[in-house]
Amino acid sequence: MEKEKVITAHQLTKKFGAFTAVDNITFDVEKGEIFGFLGANGAGKTTAMRMLCGLLLPTSGQATVAGFDVYKQNEQIKQNIGYMSQKFSLYEDLTVSENIRFYGGIYGLRDEQIKIKTAQLLKQLHLEDQEKTLVRDLPLGWKQKLAFSIAIVHDPAIVFLDEPTGGVDPITRREFWSLIYEASARGITIFVTTHYMDEAEYCNRVSIMVDGRIDALDAPANLMKTYSATSMDEVFLQLARKAVRTGD
Amino acid sequence: MRMLKFLLQKELRQIIRDPAIIRILFIMPMVQLLILPLAADYEIKNINLGVVDHDHTEYSRKLVNKVIASGYFRLKDDSPTFNQGLKAIELDKTDLILEIPAQFERSLIKENQASLFIAVDAINGVKAGLGGAYLQSIIQDYNQDVRVQWIQYPRYNPQPTIQVTYSDWYNPNMNYRVFMVPGILVMLVTMIGSSFASNNIVREKEMGTIEQINVSPIKKYQFILGKLIPFWMLALTVLTMGLAIARLVYGIVPLGSYFTIYVFAGIYLVAILGLGLLLSTYAQTQQQSMLVSFFVTMIFNLLSGLYTPIESMPGWAQMITKFNPVSYFIEVMRMVMLKGSGLGDIKFQMLAMLGFAVFFNGWAILNYRKRSG
Repeated sequence: MEKEKVITAHQLTKKFGAFTAVDNITFDVEKGEIFGFLGANGAGKTTAMRMLCGLLLPTSGQATVAGFDVYKQNEQIKQNIGYMSQKFSLYEDLTVSENIRFYGGIYGLRDEQIKIKTAQLLKQLHLEDQEKTLVRDLPLGWKQKLAFSIAIVHDPAIVFLDEPTGGVDPITRREFWSLIYEASARGITIFVTTHYMDEAEYCNRVSIMVDGRIDALDAPANLMKTYSATSMDEVFLQLARKAVRTGD
Repeated sequence: MRMLKFLLQKELRQIIRDPAIIRILFIMPMVQLLILPLAADYEIKNINLGVVDHDHTEYSRKLVNKVIASGYFRLKDDSPTFNQGLKAIELDKTDLILEIPAQFERSLIKENQASLFIAVDAINGVKAGLGGAYLQSIIQDYNQDVRVQWIQYPRYNPQPTIQVTYSDWYNPNMNYRVFMVPGILVMLVTMIGSSFASNNIVREKEMGTIEQINVSPIKKYQFILGKLIPFWMLALTVLTMGLAIARLVYGIVPLGSYFTIYVFAGIYLVAILGLGLLLSTYAQTQQQSMLVSFFVTMIFNLLSGLYTPIESMPGWAQMITKFNPVSYFIEVMRMVMLKGSGLGDIKFQMLAMLGFAVFFNGWAILNYRKRSG
């Protein structure tokens, strides 16, 4: 049985002047999937993700997110997705609960819902005592877990994560991924970019971008078989070595 | 509307939590309004006077005494020759020289007329011009005294003289502060309006939080209103503080109503905040937005008629002031404060300001993009 597709991209392309950042990518993501979007620095991952989120207008090609067209219905897309950017994006001068309240509020949660969500979230993240702490005073790992939880506070169909675990220790990364699994279990589709190949193995399917193109797309186990590799690391190295572009 | 509630709540919390903003907001108006009007005064006092008296008679001494007694001059040099007196000007000891010729008393008595010589250091043009004028009017006064005192008035004055008397309407005592304080208040409110709002948005750009806003279903106008309203309230608070200082410290009570001032200020601030928001849509860093808003408000302030009357500007500059919102507010402030104008009298200015408000905010909303190309 064909599963419902929540993201479809067909020959999606983004050019900045003469530079083609994203070159004719075609893929789709199924509902409930954890989809890993891999690639070296500068391969075009963030650009592709920003087009899907309605932050950047594509040059050509088609794409739909949660059933909405990225060209015309970009504002409808926004109600249905969560987004956690590479740049840490909570308000540092607001407290933990004020951030939850603000982001809950702008996605249209009612006051009671916000209250329930806040309590749930604080408990899940073991931040009960930090409710009134300014976000700037939290350690980086906690900030990132909080940012993720807030990105899905309105139970979106899909959440886009742009290198969510950059710069945090292995233990926090593991905790972060358990949050991702919990969200996935609730039916939220996860679209995640990463550099860490051990994280790639947590994904249901991964795509590997090289120089703006998707060079490989399959379940990690299948990719390892195809490239006769023993780890995703080897798969990635084989593919990324062909890259002409240098990282940023 | 619910969306707006969350935006406003967030914004006000951030403002209250930033001690620098609060400090600037309260200290800046205090300092500007308490110090500037007292210090920056068009009235020239303490002019350093050098006297070269070749006459040394009762009358020449009387003249010098009268000049000193006016309170505008300080006798700083008393040289025997004009050249030595000039030295004092060169050394910056004095600003002007009053030279009394040797035959001053004699010719005054005998020939009924005498001449004096005034030499002015014109490096500081305002001081020179006003100092010279003061001195002349004192001498004229002295002249009158002398005539009244011991020259018999002929039945008919041989030389008809025209006496001009002034009556200064709307500011009868020519109180400089009444004129200046409302102007400084306008400047203050303008600076707060234009730079605070634009810096605030650019800060969200720098922090990356604006991307989180852009990826949310917030509408552009909601975001802009969410930024506009808090700073509108802040600027009105500063205006209120300023009006209170004007009243309590300088005793300036508007002849017109406070209501009229607030109605106009309300519209004015929407326009100025719109300008700030517009700048923020172009600036990428707080540094850029600071510099640009500094540049714009400086031009606005200098061409506002606060320091120099618009009527004395060249034609092209007068045209520019038509496109300067600050000049309208200064005009309205003075009309309401000094002439007691009401809403009906400032119809034209209000209309113009509504135009500015629509123009700047419309442009800002058009230019703010949630999605880049």
